[in-house]
Amino acid sequence: MALLDLANPTRFMTLTGRILPWLWAVTAIVLGTGLYLALFVAPADYQQGETVKIMFIHVPAAWLSMFGYGMMATSALGTLVWRHPLADVAARAVAPIGASFTLMALVTGSLWGKPMWGTWWEWDARMTSVLILFLMYLGLIALWNAIEDPIKAGRVGAVLILVGSVNLPIIKFSVDWWNTLHQPASVFRMGGSTIAPSMLYPLLICAVGATLLFIALSLMAMRNEILRRRIRALRLVAAASPAGASA
Amino acid sequence: MMGTLGPHAGFILAAYGVTIVIVLALVGWILLDGRMLRGQLADLEARGIRRRSARKAADHPTGTR
Repeated sequence: MALLDLANPTRFMTLTGRILPWLWAVTAIVLGTGLYLALFVAPADYQQGETVKIMFIHVPAAWLSMFGYGMMATSALGTLVWRHPLADVAARAVAPIGASFTLMALVTGSLWGKPMWGTWWEWDARMTSVLILFLMYLGLIALWNAIEDPIKAGRVGAVLILVGSVNLPIIKFSVDWWNTLHQPASVFRMGGSTIAPSMLYPLLICAVGATLLFIALSLMAMRNEILRRRIRALRLVAAASPAGASA
Repeated sequence: MMGTLGPHAGFILAAYGVTIVIVLALVGWILLDGRMLRGQLADLEARGIRRRSARKAADHPTGTR
Protein backbone atom coordinates (compact mmCIF):
# COMPACT_ATOMS: atom_id res chain seq x y z
CA MET A 1 0.00 0.00 0.00
CA ALA A 2 1.43 3.38 -1.01
CA LEU A 3 1.84 5.96 1.73
CA LEU A 4 -0.49 8.32 -0.14
CA ASP A 5 -3.28 5.74 0.16
CA LEU A 6 -3.40 6.61 3.87
CA ALA A 7 -4.86 9.96 2.81
CA ASN A 8 -8.13 8.07 2.45
CA PRO A 9 -9.77 8.02 5.93
CA THR A 10 -11.53 4.71 5.22
CA ARG A 11 -8.23 3.01 4.34
CA PHE A 12 -6.63 4.64 7.38
CA MET A 13 -9.36 3.18 9.60
CA THR A 14 -8.89 -0.29 8.11
CA LEU A 15 -5.10 -0.23 8.37
CA THR A 16 -4.96 1.17 11.92
CA GLY A 17 -7.65 -1.31 12.99
CA ARG A 18 -5.23 -4.08 12.00
CA ILE A 19 -2.08 -2.44 13.35
CA LEU A 20 -3.30 -1.21 16.76
CA PRO A 21 -3.56 -4.56 18.62
CA TRP A 22 0.03 -5.40 17.60
CA LEU A 23 1.22 -1.91 18.46
CA TRP A 24 -0.31 -2.16 21.93
CA ALA A 25 1.36 -5.56 22.47
CA VAL A 26 4.81 -4.23 21.44
CA THR A 27 4.24 -1.09 23.57
CA ALA A 28 3.44 -3.21 26.64
CA ILE A 29 6.55 -5.36 26.14
CA VAL A 30 8.98 -2.48 25.50
CA LEU A 31 7.58 -0.15 28.17
CA GLY A 32 7.32 -3.02 30.69
CA THR A 33 10.95 -4.00 30.03
CA GLY A 34 12.12 -0.40 30.29
CA LEU A 35 10.30 0.21 33.59
CA TYR A 36 11.55 -3.09 35.03
CA LEU A 37 15.16 -2.15 34.17
CA ALA A 38 14.63 1.39 35.49
CA LEU A 39 13.06 0.37 38.79
CA PHE A 40 14.85 -2.89 39.64
CA VAL A 41 18.13 -3.07 37.66
CA ALA A 42 19.50 0.48 37.12
CA PRO A 43 21.72 1.60 40.03
CA ALA A 44 21.17 4.67 42.20
CA ASP A 45 22.96 7.79 40.99
CA TYR A 46 26.00 8.86 43.05
CA GLN A 47 24.54 12.35 43.52
CA GLN A 48 20.77 11.96 43.11
CA GLY A 49 20.48 8.60 44.86
CA GLU A 50 17.25 6.73 44.09
CA THR A 51 15.56 9.97 43.04
CA VAL A 52 17.13 9.37 39.61
CA LYS A 53 14.27 6.87 39.06
CA ILE A 54 12.00 9.86 38.39
CA MET A 55 14.18 10.64 35.34
CA PHE A 56 13.06 7.41 33.63
CA ILE A 57 9.57 8.90 33.26
CA HIS A 58 10.39 12.63 33.30
CA VAL A 59 12.86 12.58 30.38
CA PRO A 60 10.67 10.53 27.95
CA ALA A 61 7.64 12.67 28.87
CA ALA A 62 9.63 15.86 28.19
CA TRP A 63 10.91 14.53 24.85
CA LEU A 64 7.40 13.47 23.83
CA SER A 65 5.92 16.83 24.79
CA MET A 66 8.09 18.32 22.03
CA PHE A 67 7.64 15.31 19.71
CA GLY A 68 3.86 15.83 19.92
CA TYR A 69 4.11 19.48 19.01
CA GLY A 70 6.53 18.58 16.19
CA MET A 71 3.90 16.14 14.87
CA MET A 72 1.30 18.89 15.05
CA ALA A 73 3.58 21.34 13.20
CA THR A 74 4.10 18.76 10.44
CA SER A 75 0.34 18.22 10.31
CA ALA A 76 -0.20 21.99 10.14
CA LEU A 77 2.01 22.11 7.05
CA GLY A 78 -0.04 19.24 5.63
CA THR A 79 -3.23 21.20 6.26
CA LEU A 80 -2.06 24.54 4.84
CA VAL A 81 0.20 23.41 1.98
CA TRP A 82 -1.11 20.05 0.75
CA ARG A 83 -4.68 20.12 2.17
CA HIS A 84 -4.10 16.53 3.26
CA PRO A 85 -7.45 15.20 4.56
CA LEU A 86 -5.87 13.53 7.58
CA ALA A 87 -3.47 16.33 8.51
CA ASP A 88 -5.97 18.35 10.53
CA VAL A 89 -7.38 15.15 12.01
CA ALA A 90 -3.87 14.26 13.23
CA ALA A 91 -3.22 17.71 14.72
CA ARG A 92 -6.48 17.73 16.66
CA ALA A 93 -6.01 14.15 17.86
CA VAL A 94 -2.43 14.67 19.06
CA ALA A 95 -3.08 17.94 20.99
CA PRO A 96 -4.66 16.46 24.16
CA ILE A 97 -2.08 13.66 24.21
CA GLY A 98 0.78 16.14 23.85
CA ALA A 99 -0.74 18.30 26.58
CA SER A 100 -0.97 15.26 28.89
CA PHE A 101 2.69 14.31 28.33
CA THR A 102 3.73 17.95 28.89
CA LEU A 103 1.78 17.99 32.16
CA MET A 104 3.51 14.72 33.08
CA ALA A 105 6.93 16.31 32.38
CA LEU A 106 6.10 19.41 34.44
CA VAL A 107 4.74 17.48 37.45
CA THR A 108 7.47 14.81 37.55
CA GLY A 109 10.12 17.52 37.06
CA SER A 110 8.67 19.43 39.99
CA LEU A 111 8.61 16.27 42.14
CA TRP A 112 12.29 15.71 41.26
CA GLY A 113 13.22 19.37 41.76
CA LYS A 114 11.96 19.68 45.33
CA PRO A 115 14.32 17.10 46.88
CA MET A 116 17.22 17.82 44.48
CA TRP A 117 17.11 21.61 44.05
CA GLY A 118 15.11 22.48 47.14
CA THR A 119 12.32 24.09 45.09
CA TRP A 120 9.18 22.90 43.31
CA TRP A 121 9.50 25.50 40.57
CA GLU A 122 11.88 28.10 39.22
CA TRP A 123 11.12 30.60 36.46
CA ASP A 124 14.16 29.56 34.44
CA ALA A 125 14.16 29.43 30.65
CA ARG A 126 13.69 25.64 30.26
CA MET A 127 10.84 25.28 32.74
CA THR A 128 9.08 28.44 31.62
CA SER A 129 9.29 27.50 27.92
CA VAL A 130 7.82 24.03 28.68
CA LEU A 131 5.01 25.69 30.67
CA ILE A 132 4.35 27.91 27.62
CA LEU A 133 4.24 24.74 25.48
CA PHE A 134 1.59 23.30 27.83
CA LEU A 135 -0.45 26.53 27.64
CA MET A 136 -0.17 26.49 23.83
CA TYR A 137 -1.59 22.96 23.72
CA LEU A 138 -4.52 24.08 25.89
CA GLY A 139 -5.02 27.23 23.82
CA LEU A 140 -5.18 25.23 20.59
CA ILE A 141 -7.70 22.79 22.05
CA ALA A 142 -9.83 25.75 23.21
CA LEU A 143 -9.54 27.41 19.79
CA TRP A 144 -10.65 24.27 17.90
CA ASN A 145 -13.62 23.87 20.24
CA ALA A 146 -14.60 27.52 19.81
CA ILE A 147 -14.94 27.36 15.99
CA GLU A 148 -17.79 25.21 14.76
CA ASP A 149 -16.69 24.72 11.15
CA PRO A 150 -13.90 22.06 11.31
CA ILE A 151 -12.26 23.21 8.05
CA LYS A 152 -12.02 26.83 9.20
CA ALA A 153 -10.94 25.71 12.68
CA GLY A 154 -8.28 23.49 11.08
CA ARG A 155 -6.75 26.32 9.06
CA VAL A 156 -6.77 28.84 11.92
CA GLY A 157 -5.32 26.20 14.24
CA ALA A 158 -2.63 25.27 11.68
CA VAL A 159 -1.41 28.89 11.47
CA LEU A 160 -1.27 29.15 15.26
CA ILE A 161 0.58 25.81 15.52
CA LEU A 162 3.24 26.99 13.05
CA VAL A 163 3.66 30.31 14.88
CA GLY A 164 3.98 28.43 18.18
CA SER A 165 6.56 26.00 16.79
CA VAL A 166 9.19 28.72 17.37
CA ASN A 167 9.01 27.57 21.00
CA LEU A 168 10.52 24.14 20.17
CA PRO A 169 14.11 25.33 19.50
CA ILE A 170 13.76 27.69 22.47
CA ILE A 171 12.95 24.71 24.73
CA LYS A 172 15.77 22.60 23.27
CA PHE A 173 18.51 25.24 23.40
CA SER A 174 17.30 27.27 26.41
CA VAL A 175 19.80 25.45 28.64
CA ASP A 176 22.65 26.50 26.31
CA TRP A 177 21.51 30.07 25.54
CA TRP A 178 20.72 31.12 29.12
CA ASN A 179 22.04 30.41 32.58
CA THR A 180 19.38 28.02 33.85
CA LEU A 181 18.85 25.96 36.99
CA HIS A 182 17.84 23.09 34.69
CA GLN A 183 20.88 21.04 33.69
CA PRO A 184 22.08 21.02 30.05
CA ALA A 185 21.49 18.13 27.65
CA SER A 186 23.06 14.87 28.84
CA VAL A 187 21.83 12.29 26.30
CA PHE A 188 21.79 13.88 22.83
CA ARG A 189 24.77 16.22 22.85
CA MET A 190 27.99 16.87 20.97
CA GLY A 191 30.65 14.51 22.29
CA GLY A 192 28.16 11.78 23.28
CA SER A 193 26.03 11.02 26.31
CA THR A 194 27.32 11.78 29.81
CA ILE A 195 25.08 9.11 31.37
CA ALA A 196 26.52 5.73 32.44
CA PRO A 197 25.33 2.85 30.18
CA SER A 198 23.70 1.14 33.20
CA MET A 199 21.24 4.04 33.32
CA LEU A 200 21.31 5.17 29.70
CA TYR A 201 19.95 1.92 28.20
CA PRO A 202 16.97 1.63 30.59
CA LEU A 203 16.26 5.31 29.87
CA LEU A 204 16.36 4.78 26.10
CA ILE A 205 14.14 1.67 26.34
CA CYS A 206 11.65 3.63 28.47
CA ALA A 207 11.74 6.42 25.87
CA VAL A 208 11.06 3.99 22.99
CA GLY A 209 8.20 2.41 24.98
CA ALA A 210 6.71 5.80 25.83
CA THR A 211 6.98 6.84 22.16
CA LEU A 212 5.11 3.69 21.10
CA LEU A 213 2.46 4.51 23.73
CA PHE A 214 2.19 8.06 22.35
CA ILE A 215 1.79 6.76 18.78
CA ALA A 216 -0.80 4.13 19.79
CA LEU A 217 -2.85 6.73 21.66
CA SER A 218 -2.53 9.17 18.75
CA LEU A 219 -3.78 6.59 16.23
CA MET A 220 -6.76 5.77 18.48
CA ALA A 221 -7.56 9.47 18.91
CA MET A 222 -7.28 9.98 15.12
CA ARG A 223 -9.78 7.16 14.57
CA ASN A 224 -12.14 8.91 17.02
CA GLU A 225 -11.69 12.23 15.23
CA ILE A 226 -12.53 10.61 11.86
CA LEU A 227 -15.70 9.13 13.40
CA ARG A 228 -16.60 12.54 14.88
CA ARG A 229 -16.37 14.14 11.42
CA ARG A 230 -18.41 11.35 9.82
CA ILE A 231 -21.12 11.88 12.44
CA ARG A 232 -21.10 15.63 11.79
CA ALA A 233 -21.37 15.04 8.03
CA LEU A 234 -24.25 12.58 8.50
CA ARG A 235 -26.08 15.00 10.80
CA LEU A 236 -25.76 17.70 8.15
CA VAL A 237 -27.19 15.26 5.57
CA ALA A 238 -30.04 14.43 7.96
CA ALA A 239 -30.70 18.12 8.64
CA ALA A 240 -30.75 18.90 4.91
CA SER A 241 -33.25 16.13 4.12
CA PRO A 242 -35.71 15.57 6.99
CA ALA A 243 -37.51 12.92 4.94
CA GLY A 244 -34.31 10.91 4.65
CA ALA A 245 -33.63 11.26 8.35
CA SER A 246 -36.92 9.68 9.29
CA ALA A 247 -36.60 6.82 6.76
CA MET B 1 9.85 -1.07 48.20
CA MET B 2 9.52 2.16 50.23
CA GLY B 3 12.60 1.23 52.26
CA THR B 4 14.77 0.68 49.20
CA LEU B 5 13.85 4.01 47.61
CA GLY B 6 15.73 6.07 50.17
CA PRO B 7 14.70 9.27 51.95
CA HIS B 8 12.85 10.66 48.91
CA ALA B 9 10.60 7.63 48.38
CA GLY B 10 7.47 9.78 48.64
CA PHE B 11 8.57 11.98 45.73
CA ILE B 12 9.46 8.95 43.58
CA LEU B 13 6.17 7.18 44.28
CA ALA B 14 4.22 10.40 43.72
CA ALA B 15 5.92 10.90 40.33
CA TYR B 16 5.07 7.36 39.18
CA GLY B 17 1.57 7.65 40.67
CA VAL B 18 0.81 10.89 38.82
CA THR B 19 2.15 9.41 35.58
CA ILE B 20 -0.03 6.29 35.94
CA VAL B 21 -3.11 8.42 36.69
CA ILE B 22 -2.52 10.69 33.65
CA VAL B 23 -1.91 7.74 31.28
CA LEU B 24 -4.95 5.81 32.56
CA ALA B 25 -7.13 8.93 32.31
CA LEU B 26 -5.95 9.46 28.73
CA VAL B 27 -6.55 5.83 27.71
CA GLY B 28 -9.95 5.81 29.44
CA TRP B 29 -11.03 9.08 27.82
CA ILE B 30 -10.02 7.89 24.32
CA LEU B 31 -11.76 4.51 24.79
CA LEU B 32 -14.97 6.09 26.14
CA ASP B 33 -14.95 8.75 23.42
CA GLY B 34 -14.56 6.04 20.76
CA ARG B 35 -17.36 3.95 22.24
CA MET B 36 -19.68 6.98 22.39
CA LEU B 37 -18.89 7.97 18.79
CA ARG B 38 -19.41 4.43 17.44
CA GLY B 39 -22.76 4.37 19.25
CA GLN B 40 -23.82 7.68 17.67
CA LEU B 41 -22.71 6.48 14.21
CA ALA B 42 -24.60 3.20 14.60
CA ASP B 43 -27.69 5.17 15.69
CA LEU B 44 -27.53 7.39 12.59
CA GLU B 45 -27.03 4.39 10.29
CA ALA B 46 -29.94 2.59 11.95
CA ARG B 47 -32.08 5.60 10.98
CA GLY B 48 -31.04 5.08 7.35
CA ILE B 49 -28.58 7.97 7.25
CA ARG B 50 -25.46 6.67 5.54
CA ARG B 51 -22.41 7.94 3.76
CA ARG B 52 -22.50 7.81 -0.05
CA SER B 53 -19.81 5.11 -0.11
CA ALA B 54 -21.77 3.02 2.42
CA ARG B 55 -24.97 3.43 0.37
CA LYS B 56 -23.16 2.30 -2.80
CA ALA B 57 -21.77 -0.74 -0.99
CA ALA B 58 -25.27 -1.60 0.23
CA ASP B 59 -26.68 -1.21 -3.30
CA HIS B 60 -23.95 -3.47 -4.75
CA PRO B 61 -23.36 -6.18 -2.15
CA THR B 62 -21.10 -8.19 -4.51
CA GLY B 63 -18.52 -5.46 -4.16
CA THR B 64 -18.69 -4.29 -7.80
CA ARG B 65 -18.73 -0.57 -7.23
